[in-house]
Amino acid sequence: MSKSADILVIDDEQVIIDAVIKICSLDNYTVDKALNVKSAIDKISVNYYKIIVCDIMMPDGDGFQIIDELHNKKIDSSIIMTTGYSTVENAVKSLYNGAIDFIPKPFTVDELLNSLYRANKYQEIKNKLEQVSSHQNGNHLYYVPCPSKYFRLGYSSWMVQERDGSVLMGISDLFLKTVDSIKNIEFQNREDEIAQGISCLTIISEEERAHKILSPVSGRIVEVNEKLKDNPSLIEKDPYFEGWIYRVIPVNPEYEQKNLIPCSSDRM
Amino acid sequence: MFQKIGVRLIIAVAFTAIIIIGVFAYFNVESHSTGLIKEVERHANQLSETVISSTRFDMMLNQRERIQEIINTIGQQQQIRDVRILNKEGIITYSSESSIINQMVDKNAEACYACHTADEPLENISITERTRIFKLHPDSTRYIGIITPINNDKSCWEADCHAHPSDQKVLGVLDITISLDDVDENIIKSEIEIVIFALVAIIAVGFIIGFFVRRWVVSPVNDLLNGTQQVSMGNLNYSIKDMGEDEIGKLGQSFNNMTKKLAEARMQLFQSDKMASLGRLAAGVAHEINNPLTGVLTYSSFLLKRTKDNPEFQEDLKVIVRETMRSREIVKSLLDFARQSVPKKNNADINEIITKSIEVIENQLSMNKVKVVKETAEHLPKITVDSNQMQQVFINLLVNASDAIGNNGGTITISTKKISLSPFGIAQIKKATCPKRHSLIDPEYKIDGIPALKVKVISGKNSGIIHLDPIYGKHRNHFDLNFEIDANTDFVCPECNLSVVQKEKSCPKCGSKILSFEINGQGIYEVCSSENSNYEKWDFVDSSGFSDYIEIKISDTGSGISNEDLSKIFDPFFSTKGQKGTGLGLAVIWGIIDNHNGTITVDSEVGKGTTFTTRLPLTPQR
Repeated sequence: MSKSADILVIDDEQVIIDAVIKICSLDNYTVDKALNVKSAIDKISVNYYKIIVCDIMMPDGDGFQIIDELHNKKIDSSIIMTTGYSTVENAVKSLYNGAIDFIPKPFTVDELLNSLYRANKYQEIKNKLEQVSSHQNGNHLYYVPCPSKYFRLGYSSWMVQERDGSVLMGISDLFLKTVDSIKNIEFQNREDEIAQGISCLTIISEEERAHKILSPVSGRIVEVNEKLKDNPSLIEKDPYFEGWIYRVIPVNPEYEQKNLIPCSSDRM
Repeated sequence: MFQKIGVRLIIAVAFTAIIIIGVFAYFNVESHSTGLIKEVERHANQLSETVISSTRFDMMLNQRERIQEIINTIGQQQQIRDVRILNKEGIITYSSESSIINQMVDKNAEACYACHTADEPLENISITERTRIFKLHPDSTRYIGIITPINNDKSCWEADCHAHPSDQKVLGVLDITISLDDVDENIIKSEIEIVIFALVAIIAVGFIIGFFVRRWVVSPVNDLLNGTQQVSMGNLNYSIKDMGEDEIGKLGQSFNNMTKKLAEARMQLFQSDKMASLGRLAAGVAHEINNPLTGVLTYSSFLLKRTKDNPEFQEDLKVIVRETMRSREIVKSLLDFARQSVPKKNNADINEIITKSIEVIENQLSMNKVKVVKETAEHLPKITVDSNQMQQVFINLLVNASDAIGNNGGTITISTKKISLSPFGIAQIKKATCPKRHSLIDPEYKIDGIPALKVKVISGKNSGIIHLDPIYGKHRNHFDLNFEIDANTDFVCPECNLSVVQKEKSCPKCGSKILSFEINGQGIYEVCSSENSNYEKWDFVDSSGFSDYIEIKISDTGSGISNEDLSKIFDPFFSTKGQKGTGLGLAVIWGIIDNHNGTITVDSEVGKGTTFTTRLPLTPQR
């Protein structure tokens, strides 16, 4: 496949395309554009893009069609979904369908740049993995997949049901690997309410990039991992056990589990 | 005039009085005059006996002049017209009127008639039969005549004159005629008295009844009439003043209650419509505004990045970015509000949710010196709700209550209890099938957010689809047809074209065809096929009777809400808190309760406090 541009931006609003192009140029990405679903599908079938920034609501269809198209054609571009109709449902659905991030409109330059940064990293990891599997030289582990009883929201956060009915949640290793080394974590407080698909935590990297984590579960925070507050790097060392973030009393775990991907499916 | 209930009642009562008093008066006059006549009769009889006995001695001695003298003297009395004695042959032998002496009286004359009707004259007859009342000519006064037979006696045939033989039984008769002038005058006088009394009584009864009818019936009925007119003109705030404890008073109370319920229902319906359209509008607006906002925010934050070395620009650009971010939050809250999401329900204890909600804002409450009184019912059944959303509702209501109380302290009372309400207008049809069990629920077409029933209409060459309201009792049916429905129109399942018309029945309200659907395991639902009729019937739901709800009341002793504000309180962006609030809180609450198929109402009195009443269905809606 020819490599014409790094990023394809799909949006029916010219001003958004212009803005995205301008922002991407800051980090020296090259950008191609499509104004509707049809021309986007035409473009992805001809060119390969590392990253696709895709609006959900467009006049001739929705962004999920593009995700489906990529799946069908087995193209592993990283997809970042955006929409002006930014509902929790759209966010959760995007991540469930394989988008790596969901950015509600209107977004700032940094929000988009940070998301692109992670998407780029994600691509790098995927490429390395492919190389490893194609050459089959050794079992290099570039990231730790989540344990089999866990459930994850896209590739960003995980949750696991404890015996006492509470739920532990944390950040997946793959997400952490797409973020530079962590400088600081901004937690919410105990007793705060969090909701599935809504940002519940912000990671500040050494490069001062802010990465928001979307919660995998709705409920009330009953405990915050105090160890992480003292030692943020713990999360990188052991993201699935010692590096948990919140203990939550879930509101409706059975219902919300349907929007999550069981980690057991990753091992097949 | 005669259409009026008061006039009719008065006429009915007066008519009854006329009959009763009239009958009474008639019999009274009758017995009075009979009594008077009897008295005169007795008097005349006595007089006759007196004449006979006083003349007896002279008869024996045959002193004819003396007899004539006595009769003349008696005949001179005022009321006595005539006293005469007739002998056996009918010749008048003595009379107070000398001109008729020696005249012959025929035995068929009215005076003799009583005894001489039969061939043989009667000898012993009663006083009534001896009496006769007559007029000399039609215009004269009435007279009473009495004939007394003079019987034969031993002393008569043994007397010296030998005038009478011993085998004769009756020697002659005494006939006295007395004028009834006085008696008649008396009778007329009493008749007049009684008529006057009757008239006065009837008029008095009429007035008294009229007074009470006006007081107890006419004026309350007029008040009620006025009330119904006010309500029909749309004034649902009208209430009838207290009319006491009788049936009409109870009717008035029930009327007030009905108006209140009607106003609440209308408010709820109005709000529901408003919210639905506002939700769509908000979603559209949010989507449309977010795109240009993205332009502003990206470009301004882009510039902010590019001008790091220019502090003058930085300041200004920061303002633009900050304010755009603020707009983003406003649009986001609008979108949150508009989101018509299905609540994520689980079984929860309402009392527990309330306790948690109070815990969350305990600090704020104690700072404002607010006392919270819980009057929760024990052993409430668990209810299927989104407990997070419910908690949001209670926290919001509690914060509002606390704000209304202000800094001077007060009380918030929270009570919960189980109640029962009628299902009409609440139950939802979730599955409906044609006779071949094709589903008739159209997920593509929603009436007030709920998938409607679809039916194909075939009329000659025309055909179309109508949609029926899935909420039983609300009949907001959509007939988007470009042809008329007539008697030959058929209603069929869109999939198999099998008729869904119930052939044995027709609409009891308009006579149109009845459509009938099988509701999965919940009997048959029937609805009129006419657009203008509101007939529908669902026995399964009707027979299940009242359904249970949990009612939660949150009352505060705060400043209260004016009537003017009360109607706008659930409107989005309506706020009395100025800069402190967004005005979305109660609108969001309303949306949440509506999504739970519940209702929320508010009562308030300025200066006394406010009560929010929330009702949530205990059983899942059909």
